[in-house]
This record gives sequence, structure tokens and C-alpha cells, in this order.
Amino acid sequence: MSVIELKNVTYKYSAGTPFEAVAVNNVSLTVEKGEFCGIIGHTGSGKSTLIQHLNGLVKPTLGEVYIDGENIWSKDVDIREVRFKAGLVFQYSEHQLFEETVYKDISYGPKNMGLSEEEIDTRVRAAAESMGISEELLERSPFDLSGGQKRRVALAGIIAMKPEILILDEPAAGLDPIGRESVLSRISEYHKKYGTTILLVSHSMEDIVRFAEKVLVMNKGEVFCHSPTDEVFARQDEIIKIGLDVPQITRVIMKLRQKGIDLGSDIYTVERAKERILEYMAKGRIC
Amino acid sequence: MLKDITIGQFFPGNSLIHRLDSRFKIIMDIAYVVMLFTASNYLGLVAVGLFMILLYIMSGVGLRLVLKSLRPIMPLIAITCILNLFFIRGSGEPLLNIGGVIMIYPEGITTSIFMAVRIMFLIIGMSLLTYTTSPIELTDAIERLLSPLKKLHFPVHELAMMMTIALRFIPTLIEETDKIMSAQKARGANLDTGGLMKKAKALIPVMIPLFVSAFKRANELALAMECRCYRGGEGRTRMKQLHSGLKDYIALAVMALFFAELILLNIYIPYLGIPYMVP
Amino acid sequence: MGDIIKAENIIFEYPVLDEDGNEVSRTRVLDDVSLCVPEGQFLAVLGHNGSGKSTLAKHFNGILLPMSGSVTVDGMDTKDESRIYDIRQTVGMVFQNPDNQIVATIVEEDAAFALENLGVEPKEIRRRVDEALKTVDMYEYREHSPHQLSGGQKQRVAIAGIIAMRPRCIVMDEPTAMLDPKGRKEIMKTIKLLNREHGITVVLITHYMEEAAQADRVVVIDKGKILLDDVPKKIFSQVELLRSVGLDVPQTIELMYELKKSGLDVPDDLLYEEECAEYLFDMLTADVGDKK
Repeated sequence: MSVIELKNVTYKYSAGTPFEAVAVNNVSLTVEKGEFCGIIGHTGSGKSTLIQHLNGLVKPTLGEVYIDGENIWSKDVDIREVRFKAGLVFQYSEHQLFEETVYKDISYGPKNMGLSEEEIDTRVRAAAESMGISEELLERSPFDLSGGQKRRVALAGIIAMKPEILILDEPAAGLDPIGRESVLSRISEYHKKYGTTILLVSHSMEDIVRFAEKVLVMNKGEVFCHSPTDEVFARQDEIIKIGLDVPQITRVIMKLRQKGIDLGSDIYTVERAKERILEYMAKGRIC
Repeated sequence: MLKDITIGQFFPGNSLIHRLDSRFKIIMDIAYVVMLFTASNYLGLVAVGLFMILLYIMSGVGLRLVLKSLRPIMPLIAITCILNLFFIRGSGEPLLNIGGVIMIYPEGITTSIFMAVRIMFLIIGMSLLTYTTSPIELTDAIERLLSPLKKLHFPVHELAMMMTIALRFIPTLIEETDKIMSAQKARGANLDTGGLMKKAKALIPVMIPLFVSAFKRANELALAMECRCYRGGEGRTRMKQLHSGLKDYIALAVMALFFAELILLNIYIPYLGIPYMVP
Repeated sequence: MGDIIKAENIIFEYPVLDEDGNEVSRTRVLDDVSLCVPEGQFLAVLGHNGSGKSTLAKHFNGILLPMSGSVTVDGMDTKDESRIYDIRQTVGMVFQNPDNQIVATIVEEDAAFALENLGVEPKEIRRRVDEALKTVDMYEYREHSPHQLSGGQKQRVAIAGIIAMRPRCIVMDEPTAMLDPKGRKEIMKTIKLLNREHGITVVLITHYMEEAAQADRVVVIDKGKILLDDVPKKIFSQVELLRSVGLDVPQTIELMYELKKSGLDVPDDLLYEEECAEYLFDMLTADVGDKK
């Protein structure tokens, strides 16, 4: 079942003025329930505008957005309900923290949903736990935490709304390797545990291929492709041509192919590269 | 939204107006405002209006921008019009009389039109200064015009530096406000509806992160300035020097003559529709 | 060539305050660090957040002063207040967030800021500003307003503002952390240009190993101490040690490390893509050839 469906969505900035610019151009797209989809594209490719359509922060100039089969811009839909269903975590999300304590900050979303005190309490604690925020941190001021911790608090603030779809814009941007790992691995665990549909926007192909089952590549406001990771990598030459980076290991394997040894076009992790090399050597022994 | 505000923006160009010495432009801008308030009849107002249009044509700033600059002050104009319309009592019969409470006189209509036009001319004319003068030149000119005050220990350089930094960070902070508002909306914040108190309260989740970030920026900026050997106005030079030349003196002379003419106009045709006004 | 920066046994601590503002203890951020940077070198300082790398960088131009030990810049002690502007002119500093370093509303005015502070003649300022903007390839944007620029472009403007002072060394504190891949590439290209073509010493503070891999020398810092100090190849071959202090290794090195674990006899320091691909090619052809 598809949880997100976009039909011919176009978004124009400053429509009707001489500054008019198309950010998203006639995009049609479906995302299945429970899918972990990576979104990649360079700055200005329209990916940030696209994800803001999914929770109704941006209204398409043309076209329709369906969440759970419901047109979110039809008259009888409360747009705030859509935002609780499709939780969006912005880039540098720690900049949204404002409460005196971590606990209060995480409960801001659930409170806006009008939930009961007990329900809020359960959700805040569950969300904090899934993001690795210990009990003792809950009473601290969010401004006293480290960068990685702040980021996870901001994430917990969205997770506490129990959205069906979790949309993350560069959740690991600017963090050091420890911070990156602590954020990304927890997102992945959360996905496995609750089966929530996840859209992860990232500039790092390495991060995307580690977790995503499907990849959505955006280019110049259009969908370049939206397919399983292996299929996307089968088009690695085109991906490089539109100015995107592939993992370093893929570049090494490509260089090897130029020299005359082809280990396959679906290599984007070190693990797979190693397997293929060992396989190749084993085959050589058989010959 | 916030991004539409054009007041205070600079549109680079190479017209005569752009090239005038910014110190002269500030003085002339002040003169323009005085002129506008000196013009006490329609003829004077029309004359000022024509003068302003001429300047705009010379500057090459498009009409669209002019209209855009008016948009944010429309409520102010509307309020002024309404006040004048209802509170000006004329000498003759009122045009409209509802129970002796609401009375509209012909004088009320003429005055409110006059005031509306005056405010519009004020904004349009003053905008021309910022449209054609880079913020740097503007603050530079203010610093130099005020420099005699340094002798009285008035912090002229610091004031100018503050203005520069404020101008530099306005677009950054507008962008940041938009972002934080979106982030809180994504958490179900209701920023658009409800009464005034409710709206003010709903803004807390926007204002606090904005202040936190502004303080952080201020800290980092201070550090960066220190690294670039900033030590106040003492011994500082400027890359761009302000040069006044013949063109500036001519412009000043034109302005002065025009001003004199306007005063004459007031003396010889003192009444033309406007007996008195509520400023 | 001599050392442009010489840090000897520096110790730096932050006081830990209780709620009333009384000092209860001290956190040691730098613990007896000694480091010399020879003129002309491209040095990368690698470490995770909180390792002390940024604190160390701030000692290099007298923003922070060591509590014990000393830092000298081109022979000048950073504690000597009378030389502080000479020191800051010799060692320029670029920070993480490009937005928070740009003072002026026009690109070229910003590039001129430092020179104006130093009281340089207007004509000379103009000349040096143009030159600096050309070096970072931002000359055609000289009349733009900073908020119209991309992150990478803004950071290059910030760099221009520093190199206009003609420093002999630039310390960059995570200059790419907030940029997209394109911006990061632009900055790395600029850094290499400054170092190779203009002979400026570069100290790059970073947690990106692919950036550190491009340096002449890498210093790994952890818990306020220097853990490793060597050429990139030798640093990255120590996979387990790097991982234990929260750092990544490039995938090239990781592949070799994994192959070695599977029992193959491969070198552990094939850092660069080309040499890695070449080695793999030789290994695979030789291996298959042998068996045939």
C-alpha cells in the first residue's frame, strides 16, 4: 500500500512575478508503507522543497499530494493533522529547541496534538529512549547538551508524535563520526522496530546506501530515478554526470573496470567489494 | 511574506543618482522630507511628486519596486485616511451624517487624500535613497556627517559599525526565522490563528531559538572580527573614499532652487483646497 | 625552512562552575601539547568533537593563551600584547560558519575589512582586495551581497578577507563542516591552491578523514593529547586505533584492512584510490594468472 503519493506536483517560487523559478517540476511519485527511502540530489535540486510538500508546509502550485490516500489540500482535511502524520525533521534541527528542559521540549509536539498527560509522558519517555537520551538528561536544559545529543533530542521531539512517515533532512549534517553514527544507527533501529516509513535526505551516498532500500535521485527539480539501490547504481555513470558523488569504494571499482577487471556495477559498500574480490580470486583458482 | 519587504534594500546601478556622493544624498533626502511637509497645497504636492518621478526616471529604478515598497505601509495609510475622514470637521454641511456620530465633510475627504499622497511620497522618496545607495556608503556617510560629534565623545564609529552589522544580518535572520517557524509548524505549532495573546504566546517557540542563535552568531562574529584585527575606529582607513564633485554641488543647487520655488508657491497660492490639516 | 608556529608544552583548562558561579573543578582540554608547524606545510589536525582540536587552533593566533607552556608565531610570543596585531596578521583564522564571519553587506567591502582595520592606504587596499578575491575565484561576485551566495562561495569570501592581510599561515577551524559536497570541494581546492601556489602554511582542523588524507602531515588529537603525528598513509593504516578514538578511515584503507583479515597478504597503507585500484588489478591478474 502506498502511504505517499504525489501526482504531477509542480512548485514555483514567486509565481506570477519576473522572479518566477521552478523548484519542483511535474513530479509523480509513490512511496510504499514501511519503505526506507534515501533522497539524494545537490543543493537546488528541489529535494528540500519536495519534502516540505509531504507535510503541507508548502502547497503545490500544480498537482496533488496524497498521504494515506487522502488529498491533503482538500477542504475537509486539517493540515495540522497531516503534520502529525508526516513528521518532518529539518536540517540542523537542534536550532528548534526552546524549552527549559529536554522533557518539555520533546513534549511540545504531543502537547500540540492535544493528548492526555499520561499519553504524553509515555510517548516522551519512549521517544527519548529510542533516541538514546537517558532519564537523567530529560531534566537538563537542552542548551547544555553536546551537538549530537541536541540533534537526537530534536529527533525525539518529532518521534514522540508517532508519525506514520518520518522525513529527515540531513539528520547527520555537521556532526563528527561518533555523532553521525549515534544518530543514523538509531534511526535505522527505530525503522526496524516500528516499521515506520522513512525518507532520509542526505548528501552522503555512503550513508544512504548503508540504510536505504530504495533511492530517490533528484536533479533540477525532477525525479531522476526512484528505484532499489542496486538499480540506481547500475546507472553510476549517469549519476556522476549529474554531479553527484558515489562512495569512494565505487570509484575504486570503476577504476578497476577501466583497467579491465569488472567486478560488477552494484558495488557500493566495502563488504560487497571484499566479497567480489574474494569470489573473483576463487573463480580464478577453478579455471 | 517576510522576504517581500524591499525597504532598505539596495539595487546596484550606475545612474547619476547612484553616483552622487552619499553625504549629499542624505542631506538632500532630509531636505526632501522638509519640502514635503512645506508643501501645503495640491500644486506644491504635485510639484514635489513630479520632481520625485524625475529622480526615479534618472535613477533607473523600476516602477514595480516603487509599488512594492508601498505594500507594507498600506495599513498605515489606511488608518491615516480613516482618521482624517471621520475627525475632520468642515464648515459647511456634512456629506454624510449618521446619527450625529459619524459625519463626513468634503474637507475630510480632501485632507485624507492629501495625507495619503503625502505619506506615499514620503516613503517612495526616502526609499530612493536606500535603493540607490549601498548600505556601506550610507553608514559611511552617516559616520562622516556625524563625525563632529566625536569631539563630544559620541560613539559615531561604533554606531555606524552597528548599523552595518545590523544591515548585514537582517536577511540572514529573516531566513532563519522562516526556517524556525517551519520547524515548529512541523511540530504542530499554530502560529496563524487565535487572538493576540494566543498568537504572542505561540511565538515563544520561535523567538527563543532565534535569540539563542543570534547570541551565538554575535559571539562568533566578534571572534572573527578580532582575528581580522578590528580595534574600533581609531586609525582605520576606508577602501572606498567618498568624493564630492561638481555633480554633487549642482544637484544640491537644483534641490535648493526647487525648495525656494515651493516656498514661493506656498506664499502666492496659500489656499487650494486645504484649509487646515491634522498632521 | 623554520617553524612558523611553535607550541611548547601547552596546557589549557576550562573552569567548571556550580550554580552559584563558584569554581568546583577544572576540565583539562589541552594536556601538555607540543607541536611545531614548519613554514609551507599543509597540516591537518584530526579529532572528534571535544578532543581539544579547536581549542588548540585558537592558541595559534593568540585568541586563547596557554595556562602553562608557550606558543610562538614567527618568533613572537602570543602572550606579548604589543605584538598581537602582528601575530594575527601572520596567522589568519577561518571558522566553521561562513555566515558569522562576514561583516559587510558587499563582498569586496568584507574582503577589505581587515586592511581597513590595519590602516592600509585606500589604493593599496583596493589592489590587495582584488588580488585576494581573484585568488579564491570570487572576483566576479565582488559587488554581490553575501546572502545571495552559496555556502561554499561565502566561505571563500571569508578566506579572501583573511588572505588580503597576506598572512604566512592560515588556520582553518572545520571550514567545510556546514557545506554541501560541492562547497567542500571548492574549499579543499582553494586550500590546496593557497598552499601549493602561494606557499601559505595551512593548518586544517577537521573531522573528515578524506580531507585530512590530502594534507602533507596529519596530527591526531584525542582527549587533549597528541595521539599520532605522521604522513597520512601511516596515520590511516592504523585502523583499529583510529576507530577506538571515534574516527573513520577511508574506504580504500578499510577494504585493505578487511582483505587482510580474510587472510590475504595485502599492504595496509593504500590510501589513494588510484594506487588502491592499481594494486587490486595487479593482485587479481597475478593471482588468476598463477592459478592458470
